[in-house]
Amino acid sequence: MSVFPDAVGLFFHRSASPPHFYALADRFIPWLTVIFVVLILAGLYGGLYLAPSDYQQGDSYRIIYIHVPAAWMSLFIYVLMAIMGGIALVWRIKLAEVMLISSAPIGAGFTFIALVTGSLWGKPMWGTWWVWDARLTSELILLFLYLGIISLHGAIEDQRNAARAVSILALVGVVNIPIIHYSVEWWNTLHQGPTVTKMDKPSIHITMLVPLLIMAIAFKFYYLIAVLQSAKLELLKRESGSQWVKTLLENQA
Amino acid sequence: MSLKSAFFAIIRRDLLLAFRRRAEMANPLFFFVLVVTLFPLAVGAQAHLLQSMAPGVIWVSALLAALLSLDGLFRSDFEDGSLEQMLLSPHALSLLVLGKIIAHWLVTGLPLLLVAPLLAMFLGLPEQAMGTLLLTLILATPLLSLIGAIGVALTVGLRRGGMILSLLVLPLYVPVLIFASSAVDRAASGLPVNAQLNMLTALLFLALVLVPLPTTAALKMSIN
Amino acid sequence: MTLQTFFAMGGYAFYVWSAYGITFLVLLFNILSPVLLRKQLLRQLSLRQKRGNR
Repeated sequence: MSVFPDAVGLFFHRSASPPHFYALADRFIPWLTVIFVVLILAGLYGGLYLAPSDYQQGDSYRIIYIHVPAAWMSLFIYVLMAIMGGIALVWRIKLAEVMLISSAPIGAGFTFIALVTGSLWGKPMWGTWWVWDARLTSELILLFLYLGIISLHGAIEDQRNAARAVSILALVGVVNIPIIHYSVEWWNTLHQGPTVTKMDKPSIHITMLVPLLIMAIAFKFYYLIAVLQSAKLELLKRESGSQWVKTLLENQA
Repeated sequence: MSLKSAFFAIIRRDLLLAFRRRAEMANPLFFFVLVVTLFPLAVGAQAHLLQSMAPGVIWVSALLAALLSLDGLFRSDFEDGSLEQMLLSPHALSLLVLGKIIAHWLVTGLPLLLVAPLLAMFLGLPEQAMGTLLLTLILATPLLSLIGAIGVALTVGLRRGGMILSLLVLPLYVPVLIFASSAVDRAASGLPVNAQLNMLTALLFLALVLVPLPTTAALKMSIN
Repeated sequence: MTLQTFFAMGGYAFYVWSAYGITFLVLLFNILSPVLLRKQLLRQLSLRQKRGNR
């Protein structure tokens, strides 16, 4: 398969080895952090300051700049985890296992953020802290899917088995996510409350849309930083007896 | 032994093993009835309230009964080494696992239909919904066994896997719960339920095809 | 727009700032936690290594 030049293939091959990946992460993280800070400041400035107030919701709608990107990330990360799980199962690449388990708390965090910000957005709008809105309900179930992966990984003692188990679970979960979303949406239309939720399809103006997209991209860079930090920790834990870690420790001293 | 006869042999074996502990077969049934009984005690005995909650209450209770009975699917075979033997057998593990799931459903899921009329009476479910209730039970209880099998396979090696099993399996049960209880609810109002039943059937076929693979992968992992 | 009106968020200050605040805390946690744990692990491992070398 010579679609890619040899150098690219070699790069990926070497990056999959823990010491190389660890060093690569160290090199990338500062740059990613710079990009993230620039984006998040731009997004916050655009969303909190530049964008006009909403006609109906006033300034409370500004929660959208976190709520929607967080919800997108919660789904995006789960799909990534499923892909990593597939790679881990089929090609037995340790790095894929490491990235999977490192991503889970970050994805769970975004899901939690989506739920809490959804609640905080809803309270002034609908008067209650919680509504069984289709999106919120789906997010809640997604949170349980994440917690299941984290719990299962923690409960299995053998590391290889734990990695295989969560890979399987992530794949099973990802197949279920569209089914769950569809069934919850369907259920929600049956029991639609008197107020149509503004969350599902906000009428979005370009001055409001741009900060939203910037925040979404900023969150992706955040994910990269967080997952690399977590992966470094996980690699150290798994490979603490290996030569490259010993060398690392000596170089630090 | 051909694959087909191995498949039926394992179903027969599991049924035989279950029959040897015939008394235990009644446990999911008792649990099912007991849980439903808790609801009037908790929310009060007003007829119209119970009637409107009946489809949901019956279905949540069925879900919990299925969940509780899941552990028996692989537990005894895991503990006495039969599961390892099945892994070593020349026959496709997927089909053997499917056989075990079918036997498990016959013993734990299908009998739930027996008490459905009793529960309908307890909660005042209209008679016109009875048929749909039985139909949803017949379609969805195999689904519960199938989906649950993945969770059991992942946790059978754990000492206290029961709680984690619930955490893993209940989110996956949500679509089944939604469609099944909605069907019974609509039937109680005399509305058509084709959409819901079609969805349940589709999910059932999907599960029949998709469940054996991750389940066998998980079993192989658990046994090591 | 004065700083005051900015913080007031049209009367929704509590909700908006709680939302942004909780988000900030969660994101901070998910970065700090692995970083701090890794530093702790490195310290533990290097102590073990020194003891092993003796």
